[in-house]
Amino acid sequence: MMQKFFVLVSGLLFGAGLTISGMVNPAKILNFLDIFGQFDATLIFVMGSGLVIATIGYQFMFNRGKPFFDTRFHLPTEGAIDGKLVSGAALFGIGWGLSGFCPGPALASLVFGYQQSFIFVASMIMGTLLVRFIPASTKLD
Amino acid sequence: MNITEFTPYSGAVGGAMIGLAAVILMASAGRIMGATGIFRGLLTSQFDDAFRWRLVFIVGLLIGTAWTGLFTGAAHNVSFVSNNYLIVLGGVLVGAGTTLGNGCTSGHGICGISRFSMRSIVATSVFMVVAIITVFIVRHVIGIA
Repeated sequence: MMQKFFVLVSGLLFGAGLTISGMVNPAKILNFLDIFGQFDATLIFVMGSGLVIATIGYQFMFNRGKPFFDTRFHLPTEGAIDGKLVSGAALFGIGWGLSGFCPGPALASLVFGYQQSFIFVASMIMGTLLVRFIPASTKLD
Repeated sequence: MNITEFTPYSGAVGGAMIGLAAVILMASAGRIMGATGIFRGLLTSQFDDAFRWRLVFIVGLLIGTAWTGLFTGAAHNVSFVSNNYLIVLGGVLVGAGTTLGNGCTSGHGICGISRFSMRSIVATSVFMVVAIITVFIVRHVIGIA
């Protein structure tokens, strides 16, 4: 119960942070990526402060040894840097650059009711399911 | 072409909230706050505990966004530069790419890098550079969006 409460708080904060930082606006993302044109450097500040907080907080938690309301940390096993990782990241980069959306902000933006958000998330589901049919795709724990 | 305002302060405040959200999820449930994995975990027919925490997180995400959107007027500050063909193609590629590469801006970019994962550092560098090249080609070579 306590765990679910804090998971909810985490989700609330994630949504609020994405909204306040302007990351739910695809135009802002595309302008960040447009370093030779309309460059808007905001995302550097979003990632920068996010990384500082997360690095400090993670360090504290990992030193503690286990989470407060679970038996262990569910961390991805550090696999190899392989073609799957690199080609997946590259495909994601193309999609991100075409649309200005990545998964978190796209899902968050659904609440604003824009038709494009729904089209994007539906397409994202198709893309996800498409890869699922490829054998040996990574299982979630 | 859409001109957006450079907003470093609200960017840093929002970013800190995203970082804090990642820490709270790790501290409470011991989980990585990756939108890709959380979303993918919902595309299932097994409504077990692995499904439930992800559902709770997404509900929080939607409420947090709606609530903040109301107070900041962010809902009116969303503009789509790309046409619907690019949105569909982008969506399919983002879905396929993040599933294949096992993460996106939140999972690799924030959570992975802050625990010094080499895989996440490589993935983040790759998708950043590829996205920058993509926007360059779309805007300055082809000249659309």
